[in-house]
Amino acid sequence: MSKKAKVVELEEVVVKFAGDSGDGMQLTGSQFSDTSAFIGNDLSTFPDYPSEIRAPSGTVAGVSGFQVHIGHREVQTPGDLADVLVAMNPAALMSNLKWCKTGATIIINVDSFDDKQYQKAGYESDPLKDDSLQGYNLVKAPITSLTRSAVKEFGIDNRTADKTRNQFVSGILFWLFNRDIKIGEDFLKERFSGKPLLIDANIKVLREGYHYAETIEVMNTTFLVNPVETKKGLFRNITGNVATAWGLLAAAEKSGRKLFLGSYPITPASEILQEISHRKHLDAIAFQAEDEIAGICSAIGASFSGRLGATSTSGPGLSLKSEGIGLAVMTELPLVVVDVQRAGPSTGLPTKMEQGDLLQTIYGRHGESPVVVIAASTPSDCFDYAYRACKIAIEHMTPVILLTDGYLANGSELWRIPKMKDLPEINVPTLEDNSPDFYPYLRRPDTLARYWVFPGQKGLRHRIGGLEKADVTGEASHDPINHQLMVEKREAKVQLVADFIPEQEIIGDPAGDLLVIGWGGTHGALVSAVEELRKEGKRISLAVFNYIKPLPKNTGEVLKNFKKRVVCELNLGQFAVYLRSRYPQYEYMQYNKVQGLPFMIRELKAKFNEILKGLDS
Amino acid sequence: MNQNNDGITVLTKEDFKVKDPVKWCSGCGGHSVLSSVQGVLPEIGIEKEKIVFVSGIGCSSRFPYYINTYGFHGLHGRAVPVATGLKISNPDLSVWVVTGDGDLLAIGGNHFLHVVRRNIDLNIMLFNNMIYGLTKGQYSPTTPKGGITKTSPDGTVENPLKPGELTIGAQGTFFARVVDTDPKMMKDVFIKAATHKGTSVVEVLQNCVIFANEVHSEITGKEEKDDNQLLLEHGKPMIFGEERNKGLVLEKAQLRVVKIGENGYTINDIQVHDATQSDPVIHYMLARMTLPDFPVAMGVIRAIDSPTYESLLYDQISASKKQSRLKNVDDLLTSGNVFKVK
Repeated sequence: MSKKAKVVELEEVVVKFAGDSGDGMQLTGSQFSDTSAFIGNDLSTFPDYPSEIRAPSGTVAGVSGFQVHIGHREVQTPGDLADVLVAMNPAALMSNLKWCKTGATIIINVDSFDDKQYQKAGYESDPLKDDSLQGYNLVKAPITSLTRSAVKEFGIDNRTADKTRNQFVSGILFWLFNRDIKIGEDFLKERFSGKPLLIDANIKVLREGYHYAETIEVMNTTFLVNPVETKKGLFRNITGNVATAWGLLAAAEKSGRKLFLGSYPITPASEILQEISHRKHLDAIAFQAEDEIAGICSAIGASFSGRLGATSTSGPGLSLKSEGIGLAVMTELPLVVVDVQRAGPSTGLPTKMEQGDLLQTIYGRHGESPVVVIAASTPSDCFDYAYRACKIAIEHMTPVILLTDGYLANGSELWRIPKMKDLPEINVPTLEDNSPDFYPYLRRPDTLARYWVFPGQKGLRHRIGGLEKADVTGEASHDPINHQLMVEKREAKVQLVADFIPEQEIIGDPAGDLLVIGWGGTHGALVSAVEELRKEGKRISLAVFNYIKPLPKNTGEVLKNFKKRVVCELNLGQFAVYLRSRYPQYEYMQYNKVQGLPFMIRELKAKFNEILKGLDS
Repeated sequence: MNQNNDGITVLTKEDFKVKDPVKWCSGCGGHSVLSSVQGVLPEIGIEKEKIVFVSGIGCSSRFPYYINTYGFHGLHGRAVPVATGLKISNPDLSVWVVTGDGDLLAIGGNHFLHVVRRNIDLNIMLFNNMIYGLTKGQYSPTTPKGGITKTSPDGTVENPLKPGELTIGAQGTFFARVVDTDPKMMKDVFIKAATHKGTSVVEVLQNCVIFANEVHSEITGKEEKDDNQLLLEHGKPMIFGEERNKGLVLEKAQLRVVKIGENGYTINDIQVHDATQSDPVIHYMLARMTLPDFPVAMGVIRAIDSPTYESLLYDQISASKKQSRLKNVDDLLTSGNVFKVK
């Protein structure tokens, strides 16, 4: 690989792939990220796809994107702004230029930059001729025509040929990032396994793109991102939804209670149902129900049978499941409800993220209906929190709501693969057949959980249901004093979970000028912003909560020793409302964003700097 | 429990009774259905611990409290999905759903269609009293058109649903109808429903003594029942009437009531009931017969063999376990593209 171009070593780089829905940008993005992982870069990805499957081609509505952030140092988010943009058509350029750094490298498919496409994208003048791209590093490659001539030998039509154009782009990037093209070829062999023509054609185009870049030296500098040094071991690239599904499977195996997932397809949670339906070999059942309500009720029936019952959904589905969650509260059965949040209310922005379901998960049911609420904060820790959700549900005999969001669900990151033997034990509160003095609402003193007894067990026949239960005996009861007692016991049982969860961590010092508070999926952006400011010497710390109800026992201590607190959320301040109700002795500032978009590191830093500046004056 | 001559413990009706009082109204049809079911359970060859009664909300749905088995009293309309999750999770259980016309056909209508088409091995007992009883007298999806109730003071303007039509329309494999006044018919049909592999739907024409008293009296009345009920028996001609001289014939693709001995009709002309034929057309005609032109069909209208959801699912699970190289979660986590970072 002789190269005349100068090689620049980068600490991190953000690449955004954008094109029509059918341009294969998701595949090219996956190939780029897998290659990055293979050579040892840390990485974080996020696909940005339209809710329409194939919106009219060439329009801004039809642009599908995939952003990859790779690093020699650890990366926490898919990145604010791109260093390299691939724009397969004018619409992709139109919608993504604002997300590029000044001076970014932009690779365009010049073959699709004609008057007709400009018009569809909404350009009034030719951006290649006016000065709108001044200051960017423009690579104009005739991708369509070169691809078509490259695959001529395979005798395939132009339509099929055009589907391999994304590999021309990949070829350019392999050259630009000084990577071994063989890794890209192996990726294609696996992706198109069993389809030799597709493998050959794609590999041909990949090489063509590489040689094109090398021959004409599309740029006078190329990049090198060295392997990350702080991460060692066996890794894989994993999305939040797959990690969630695998966390459920891991908990099922560890507890010995086979998994039953009763769900209804909904964006952006469907991949969890899809993943489990491919796991029959691990004794998992995925039941695709006729609606959201049947999803949760079938999971409750499964839990009653002794399986680990779970249901996965997004906001609209969570609303429909409210009554079912109440039933699981009353029957005190283990149940895991995964809510992959999306922007609401109603249908809202189905493919975009938000944290707007928090108060619904804590309070959104009739009656006093306490459940455990926890939130994952990165794509890969969806595995850990799904596992912990199951552990808590089983050990404490309670529904647990796990909050993730569309950003975690579809985003991916490098994940150090755990070993099953290293995961914490799950103690299932079962009883032997014919146990003497059995009553269905007899409670264990440490957790206040009742015992999990399954139909089929001898000598333990009983009935449970949605009517209020008499203490201990579990008979239906309308007694007023008993009702108050049971309401208080159910709440106390959930509060007792605090004895079994880790204390809240602070990133940074335990005292200072400003405590930044967040929860769940905003973790990456908050950590990056706070760490950058700490490097600048600011007295700023961060607490990102994963355990929402109950809060960790040391929460009051965590909040105490700061001059200011700011709660950052992708909603209008739901966690802030919650904290004010639990810890009213403190004042909380808020920073809220509801655009269907994640926090940008730079906007967080600007906000924190503004607060810190106010302290000085 | 008693011991038989071989010293083996056998269950009796007493094993399924509860100590606490049954709180249905005196004269409610539920009492006789409960008694029949308690009598049937010792005869279906299943251990009592493996029998589960699941219900929704309504008068009928109190059933699990009145029978000494495992039980689950769920949400309004949602007995079917709870029972579905339970049965799929543990196919060894004998799972019974006790529900009413409001619970199953109004709020739970969606689930009903889907459980029937999936053919999950549940025994669904639909108490059809054509009224909302527990909420005290509003019309239900099966209230006859024009029926006057608390919410239809001028008579309903809705066409009622017929559970049999729905069951057959959703590709049901078992549908039967009984009256709450005929213990022998109930026992016979409940045993058949319990032993049928697949979703069995039994419509119990049940009397609500308070809000829809005698709504079925034209069918169940002592004077009328022989002429107004056709008790179906598989393989037997469809004959009815006090004098057993009326029967059904199939002419020009329609059922017709004829008198044997009149207009040249003999017993040999009468249509023989075949509950097991997979073509549902005649079953559909039988299920929708109504007074006064036809008698109301009782007994097992349809009972066909068809694989259950859970049997097909567990076949797939076994095949998948055999085929997959991934035997546990560790295998799964390290499958596909993994990268060793040194």
